Amino acid sequence: MSDAALPPDSAAAPAATPASEPITPAQRDDLRRQGILLTSIEELYNWGRSHSVWPLNFGLACCAIEMIAASMARFDIARFGSEVFRPSPRQADLLIVSGTVTKKMAPQVIRLWNQMPEPKYCIAMGACAISGGPFKQGYNVLKGIDRFIPVDIFIPGCPPRPEALLHGLVQLQAKIRGQPLTGPDAPRHLRSDVECNCPIPEFGAHDLVPTQNPTVWQPPQPIVRPDKA
Amino acid sequence: MSAPDSSFLAPPAGSQVRAVHDEFHGDLLEVSMGPHHPSTHGVFRMIVTLDGETIVKLKPVFGYLHRNHEKLGENTSYLASMPYTDRLDYLNSMTNNWAYALAVERLAGLAVPARAEYLRVILAELTRLLNHSCLAGFLLQDCGCSGTPLMYAFREREKILDLFESLSGSRMMCNFQRFGGCRVDPSADWLAGVQQLTDGYGAFLDEFEALLTGNEIFMARTQGVGRLAAPLAISAGVTGPVLRASGVAHDLRKVDGYGAYPQFDFRVPLGDHGDTYDRYMVRILEMRESIQILRQALARLPDGPIMDPKAKLRGFRPKAGEAYGRIEGPKGEIGFYLISDGSPNPYRYRVRPPSFINLTILEDLCLGHTVADAVIILGSVDIVLGEVDR
Repeated sequence: MSDAALPPDSAAAPAATPASEPITPAQRDDLRRQGILLTSIEELYNWGRSHSVWPLNFGLACCAIEMIAASMARFDIARFGSEVFRPSPRQADLLIVSGTVTKKMAPQVIRLWNQMPEPKYCIAMGACAISGGPFKQGYNVLKGIDRFIPVDIFIPGCPPRPEALLHGLVQLQAKIRGQPLTGPDAPRHLRSDVECNCPIPEFGAHDLVPTQNPTVWQPPQPIVRPDKA
Repeated sequence: MSAPDSSFLAPPAGSQVRAVHDEFHGDLLEVSMGPHHPSTHGVFRMIVTLDGETIVKLKPVFGYLHRNHEKLGENTSYLASMPYTDRLDYLNSMTNNWAYALAVERLAGLAVPARAEYLRVILAELTRLLNHSCLAGFLLQDCGCSGTPLMYAFREREKILDLFESLSGSRMMCNFQRFGGCRVDPSADWLAGVQQLTDGYGAFLDEFEALLTGNEIFMARTQGVGRLAAPLAISAGVTGPVLRASGVAHDLRKVDGYGAYPQFDFRVPLGDHGDTYDRYMVRILEMRESIQILRQALARLPDGPIMDPKAKLRGFRPKAGEAYGRIEGPKGEIGFYLISDGSPNPYRYRVRPPSFINLTILEDLCLGHTVADAVIILGSVDIVLGEVDR
């Protein structure tokens, strides 16, 4: 059970002990067997929204075909509550970046992300969306969409199989169910101190400007050998 | 409001556009469709100028999926470019592989054993079935028939992909052809699977056609929409089913007679009107011919090696020269033009993409029609943006 009932400042006090669980999981299972459902608002809320994640109907490249295949009869993404592909970002909860993001397309992808209402999630599907994939050496391909927007789930593969997309979706559902509604780990849409919109890059003289969104991605620190330091 | 530029309002010769009355000049509306639009088959953008709901100008905008294939091809070895060809037209990796292998074989003077030629034909015709089924599904989706035909098409696609996967290890990106042959010799079980699929595909087509071909709504939406005249199609370099729907008998399987195709008996379906319905119908008929080719190829598949023994995979350096290899892909003439300077990488690697060249006539097809028609015209041209933008 969560500490949702506690005022937020008491959780931060150093002497505060963890809230005692009013009921153990075993006791709750006992009650469930007798037809009594005991739950918290947080659990119920997250359970509900984790099973109706509506993706944006948005395909970029090869992976989009496998995304469509995942919504078709054999793989049937409807089993997981995500068959409602919305054409408009205003109605979507999930952005599946399904394919290569080029420098010409990146501003539109980020604009779509900004247009989606919170709570929203992002899956980077395939090697290209994660890192640029086989086209990373090229001059026109973004080296990962996570440099610009916060990505929740990465699905490797070129392209990932539809089963992999379904697995990624199940992982996302687990992530949604684990989100506390209060406290420092609360999702973006319940907090006022986090900026939800990402800056939209413009095409500059040589590359996109800015080349990354520093709030979601920082270049890795160079590895310094101790003997060379 | 300043006077609008009316120079583009003059209708092109032979188009169905009415001259717009002066008092309506201010009412022209410019709509940007895409790059995120559910019906543009990827990241394609059309800037459409509308008079009411009639299209008076259409400007396609490309490049949202430009992955610099050609530049990468100059910096990778000949064999390492093979997986990149999978990702050009990502529905039809087998035919892309074949066109590229054919270009390199011409460059290096490699022969292909008979069994490999037959295998290539089998895989190319399976790819054609896959592509045309999916295209019909997507076209119907664009018409507003949401879901059902596409579900049927993808059901069949999964069966073909199972065969591709068991043969090559990958569903979509098969990377199967090699210079001088094929990578894997199929087992008897696999060939039996192809035979089973071939025997069952006619029944699927009958079911599909019973739902769609005579459907009154579908006919009303597509007949007479997006007519492409044969002279324009020829002068624009259009190939594939789009060209044949306009009544031009040009099929590289007959014209070039590459691979094992001269040994098979098949017909080339032609359209009469060049409209969207004909482009749909030509593809359905081509699928029936593909089944005939598959039957013959499976019955006569010779034994023997699948690779030219002279072919070298590692340290492959063709002599200096140039070659162009082209085949009849499901979307049209897919070709690769290679210039070698004797090094392990091509000096120039050029892709001749059928969808890109077929797309150049889009404005001519759409003028005078409504926005909803532009969507299905685009669907019937059958583009894949990986190949258009490269």
